[in-house]
Formats: sequence, C-alpha cells, structure tokens
Amino acid sequence: MKLTELVQIIDGMVLTKGVNLNRDVLGGCGADLMSDVLAYSQPDAVLLTGLCTMQVVRTAMMADVAAIIFVRDKQPNDDIVQLANREKIPLISTVHGMFEVCGRLHCAGLRSLEHAYDEG
Amino acid sequence: MANPERVITDGAANMISRVEELAYELTIGEVMSRELKTIAPGTKMGDVMETFRQARISGAPVVSNGVLIGIVSLEDLIRALRESNIEAPVGEYMTRQVMTVNGASPLIEALKVFEQRHIGRLPVVDDNNKLAGIITKGDITSGVMRALQYDYQEEEVRKYRARHLFEDIISDRTSLTLRYKIKHGEFAHGGNASSHIKKALLRLGASPQIARRCGIAIYEAEMNLIIHSTNGGMIRIEIEPNQILMETLDDGPGIADIALAMTPGYSTAPDSIRELGFGAGMGLKNIHRCVDDMYLDSAPGRGTRLEMRIYMQSEEQLGETNHANTTRDH
Repeated sequence: MKLTELVQIIDGMVLTKGVNLNRDVLGGCGADLMSDVLAYSQPDAVLLTGLCTMQVVRTAMMADVAAIIFVRDKQPNDDIVQLANREKIPLISTVHGMFEVCGRLHCAGLRSLEHAYDEG
Repeated sequence: MANPERVITDGAANMISRVEELAYELTIGEVMSRELKTIAPGTKMGDVMETFRQARISGAPVVSNGVLIGIVSLEDLIRALRESNIEAPVGEYMTRQVMTVNGASPLIEALKVFEQRHIGRLPVVDDNNKLAGIITKGDITSGVMRALQYDYQEEEVRKYRARHLFEDIISDRTSLTLRYKIKHGEFAHGGNASSHIKKALLRLGASPQIARRCGIAIYEAEMNLIIHSTNGGMIRIEIEPNQILMETLDDGPGIADIALAMTPGYSTAPDSIRELGFGAGMGLKNIHRCVDDMYLDSAPGRGTRLEMRIYMQSEEQLGETNHANTTRDH
C-alpha cells in the first residue's frame, strides 16, 4: 500500500515536509511500548502509536520503520518533526484511535508485521 | 508505451525510488530557470516570434508592472500567423488564466500540474505572488539529474573509503573502535549514539539486517545507561571484518540479581521512564534476542559492563578485507 493511499484511509495529516510519501509500506505494527516495537516489528512496517516522544522516531530509525502514525490526534513537538524530516521518516497524525486505525488498515489489506511473542 | 516484459533490476528500482524521493526533497525554486525572458503586453506578435527565435524558447510569461498577467506560447503565435495578424499585441493572443506554482513547493507539485494539464511551462511565483522564474519539464529532468549525480558521488566516495578501510592496513588483527559518552538522564538525546553507530555500520558495508540487529541492541543498552547509571557511561564499539563487539560501561549502582534483571517484565525503572515507552523490563531480553553473544557483568556498587557480539556471515565481511579466511576468536 502506498503511503499516500494510507493517509486517505485513516483521514491522516502529514506532519513532515519533503519526505517521500510515494513509497510502499508492507504492513503495520501497533505499540506504545518502544521495546515492543524493537522486539516484535519487522522492517518496513508503519508504526501506529499513542506515544509521542523523540524516542518514537529513534526507535523507528533503529527498527527500519517506514512511517509513524500518531493515533488519537497526538501532536509531536517541533524537535520531533525536525528529527523525522532529517531522517526522512514520514510522520502522520490522525484523530482516530488505535483500534479504529488498525481496523481500517487491516480491512484495506494491510497485513500485520508484528511477530507473535516467542520465548527466544 | 512501456513494455510490460521489461525487467527492472534492483539497481534501477533503487534509482526510481530515489528519483521519487527527489521529487519531494527538491523545491521548484531549486531547479527553475531564473533568467527568463518576459514580454510586455503591448509587444507585437511578430516581435514575440523574433524573441522566441533568438532566445530559442517556445513560450514566455507576459508581465505588466512586475505582475504576471498571462503567458504566450508557440501555439498562440501559430494562431496569430494563421489569422495573418502578427501586428496584433500579445494581450490579444496570450493565455490569461495562468497556472502558477510556488517556488518553495516540492517539485512534485509542478510534476502533478504538468501531468494533469498537458502544458509545457509553468511560471513560478514567490510568497508575494511575484514572478520568480519559470519551470519546464526539461528543468525538472536536469535538476533531478544534477541532484542524483551529486548524491551518488558523495555517498559512493564515503562508502568506498569506509569499505576499504581495513584493506591496506597490515596487522595481525585490525579493528576500528568507536566511543560515545552517554550522560545520565538525557532522554532527549537517547538513541543519538545508536543512530550514529547504525549509520557507521551501513557505511562500512554491513547488511541492513546486521545493522538493524546492532542498532536495536545498542539502542536498548544506551537507554539503560541513560536510565540506570549514576554518572552516565560509555559505549564502545569495536568493529572487525568478521565481528562487531558492542560494549557499555558504567559506574552506577550495579545489578544485584542478574537473572532477575533478565526476566521479561521485570524493571526497576520509574514511571517517568515508562512514559517514554521504555522501562517495561524488555530491554535486556531484546538485546539477547538481537546479538549472537551477550555477557552481563555487574554487582551492587561495582557498576555494570554489558558485552554484546554479532558475528558476520563469512560472505559479508566488513571493510572488505583481503584476508577472507580470518579466523574467529570465539
């Protein structure tokens, strides 16, 4: 799914400037706990989160996240947006909640890129 | 029409997506022509023809007192010729409703207009609606080519230097060491060192998978230094062609029960840390999952030393050394 298409599905607002939205995302991952993102997400997923700190962008850089969606209208501060602009990670915000956004994207054919929990 | 059988190589696919990226990164102002011929509305069509011929252009904005009022193109000129009316002023034949684009907008905006309107040129205005330049499809092509070439040269030179780092140095065992000081409590910078480390590894030729594993492990370890140390600590990365050793050191309170600290869900972090999305007791477990070897040395009052190792597959040696069969120490 193209990011531009995804933005429409979730009534999203793009917060970054000059970051490519014409790229494909392979799937999604939803978490507020960044350690869970680091542990269970696969590369090139969009990250849906209710957390709105610098650490979300850093985590995205480490875990090769394709784009970050802030749910429930969380608005990142300028420092966060600037870091995302610099690292070319698109930031999108939506007024909808986590369950709603996951549901819409899943219905539109976006698959899960979360590993299930395993002992390893 | 494009041939559906055409095979797109990985290299070509990379170039395509980079061009797409550039369409968002470059602004219209960066690629437009600034030296432009403008035409006054009273100019005769015959004189326009002469201007086009001399300047080798096929269209020009019509400007009255600095304000853009129209655009005249070869098509308008042909109409005037057909009607044997080349003595008429430009104002009679020019297109009055002119699409413009803002110089600060990304290139993609101009591309969209070109695609939708089938026009050859677009006047570019500034925030005060004053004419700043003109952009054609040719300007876009050459602007993107310039940017691609610049990018390519810059990154290739960096990668080349980095990948051949070990090649000409003769020793029994060569390594590259990176050191980062981490301050306690500096959450805003948490992950800064880790992102530098990940970028360095990619530049040295590590695969995206290896760089991601190292990045995740060192990021968790960096956050641990920020959260749990007393006076901050040190990250030390030792890169060898066949392995990466990542180490964090601090003189903080130490860990009383290492087995308990390794248990998923166990954490001593305060709520303020949990609000940052960390401190849920998954960090050490995550690190363990990402690295090939992990060694945690700590005791109360003695500080903590965490050692993490990732081994390269034999075909992906960092720094491309000639000694492909270097032995592993572990």
